[in-house]
Amino acid sequence: MEETTLNNNILAKLSDKFGEKVTGVSEPYGLLTFVTTKDVIINVLSFLKNDLSFNFLTDITAVHYPGKDHGIAVVYHLHNMVEKVRIRIKVFISEQNPTIPTATTVWKGANWMERETYDLFGVKFEGHPDLRRILNMDDLGVHPMLKQYPLEDPNRVDKKDEFFGR
Amino acid sequence: MNHNHPVFTDNDPQSELVTLNLGPTHPATHGVFQNVLQLDGERIVSGVSTIGYIHRAFEKIAEHRPFYQITPLTDRLNYCSSPINNMGWHMTVEKLLNIQMPKRVDYLRVIIMELSRIADHIICNTIIAQDTGATTTFLYLFQFREHIYEIFEEVCGARLTTNIGRIGGFERDFNDIAFAKIDKFLKEFPKALKEFENLLTRNRIFIDRTAGVAEVTKEAALEYSWTGPLLRATGVDYDVRVSDPYSSYQDFDFEVPVGTSGDIYDRYLVRNEEMWQSVGIIEQALVKLKTEPKGIFHADVPEFYLPPKQEVYNNMEALIYHFKIVMGEIDAPKAEVYHAVEGGNGELGFYLINDGGRTPYRLHFRRPSFVNYQMFAPMSEGMLLSDAIINMSSMNIIAGELDA
Repeated sequence: MEETTLNNNILAKLSDKFGEKVTGVSEPYGLLTFVTTKDVIINVLSFLKNDLSFNFLTDITAVHYPGKDHGIAVVYHLHNMVEKVRIRIKVFISEQNPTIPTATTVWKGANWMERETYDLFGVKFEGHPDLRRILNMDDLGVHPMLKQYPLEDPNRVDKKDEFFGR
Repeated sequence: MNHNHPVFTDNDPQSELVTLNLGPTHPATHGVFQNVLQLDGERIVSGVSTIGYIHRAFEKIAEHRPFYQITPLTDRLNYCSSPINNMGWHMTVEKLLNIQMPKRVDYLRVIIMELSRIADHIICNTIIAQDTGATTTFLYLFQFREHIYEIFEEVCGARLTTNIGRIGGFERDFNDIAFAKIDKFLKEFPKALKEFENLLTRNRIFIDRTAGVAEVTKEAALEYSWTGPLLRATGVDYDVRVSDPYSSYQDFDFEVPVGTSGDIYDRYLVRNEEMWQSVGIIEQALVKLKTEPKGIFHADVPEFYLPPKQEVYNNMEALIYHFKIVMGEIDAPKAEVYHAVEGGNGELGFYLINDGGRTPYRLHFRRPSFVNYQMFAPMSEGMLLSDAIINMSSMNIIAGELDA
């Protein structure tokens, strides 16, 4: 597979540069995915942008895994438009103190993506120029995409997994 | 209450700046979003965008809905080209499930998606014209959006929020009337589009209003993650249909138009040329359909494709599958998948994490309007208010997609 060789090359260069900071490598549906830590994430992003020509930031979002040690995953999707490769980077951060350096220093377009992630998950992007809520009202008080907030009346039973044998 | 809304309080009595609330329900914004602008005469000094007026928490709702119930949510993202969203979602799930689609279904989807693209671009380009004062072109070309909706109506029964197709294909085959309507559209639309271009493309007033206004460089566009016609107008030939072909787009011969300066005139030209290319793609698809076996309109995946109601009542297997699908009893792989399609406004991405439950563990929409729009306020600085209005029209910001 051509895609796999390309991914392996990228991975080799990343491992050379960041050593054991690059972990949890997988390739779901051909999309190279790896986990890194928040102290090097900006270096990783700049390295990918400047040296491996992942010049395009597709998306920033987060996922909540409640009850885990580092329960919030911040997920970055980058795109190398020349070689037509995408890459996914995950950083797991703690739920109690969800902070991560901002990517607005690398791409200006990260601004609203990070505001949305802050609004929905409460991830605080350190150094962000304008970290305000973007979709929800200011006095909402919670970050609604966290799993502890129910969508609707929690007494409804027709949508709970346990009633479907799961 | 702690409000951190941007509020310009001008305490200086000598100040001559005016604060203008453009929106949230201003007719010139064509959607529910607000810009608080500081004006010096007619020139914008600074602006702050406020969005979220129709935020409906689709990502949260999606975590509580089985896959097939998420399709109607995607309708309401970019509601000017709902079928592209619907099919983007279907293809995401099909990618997750590794479903191989029959070519005929791919081509049928391409026809519908290109019709939606034309509908989307009709709206944007006619509204640029409308906002520059050319009402005739708006009303003239807009009737073809109506014809496209009639085709959708024939295929799926709905017009605007279509919920078209199913995971695994279409709910029914296109009937003869649908094909006749597509043929009629392909015959009439090019003439009207030509006339539309004749009215505008070399029109001195239109060029004066649009050329050189809101120019954007390639670098700035990439820096702000622009996609779609806006990015292509700056000269970057990025189109998801070409760089990441889905639904058999690799079988089609079409060109990706690019502009040079990224100004409003270039965006208009790029969208117009894309409509011509879409017409070409639909014509090719109709030719290709002739060589495909007739009557195939879905993949053979009974575990995920809802059986026809008639069979559910008369056939045991169909009843079982119907029950299992509706109750969410069928296991999907525990995996995460990102799938992007070229929406009317750019790269529409679906990031789906499935943990094996009835519903997605997490579903994120990468919405082109949301990402594109963040540049509006910075690029408006120093612009005339009337230019900012047509700049906004040419960005084709759809509030539903902006806020999700």
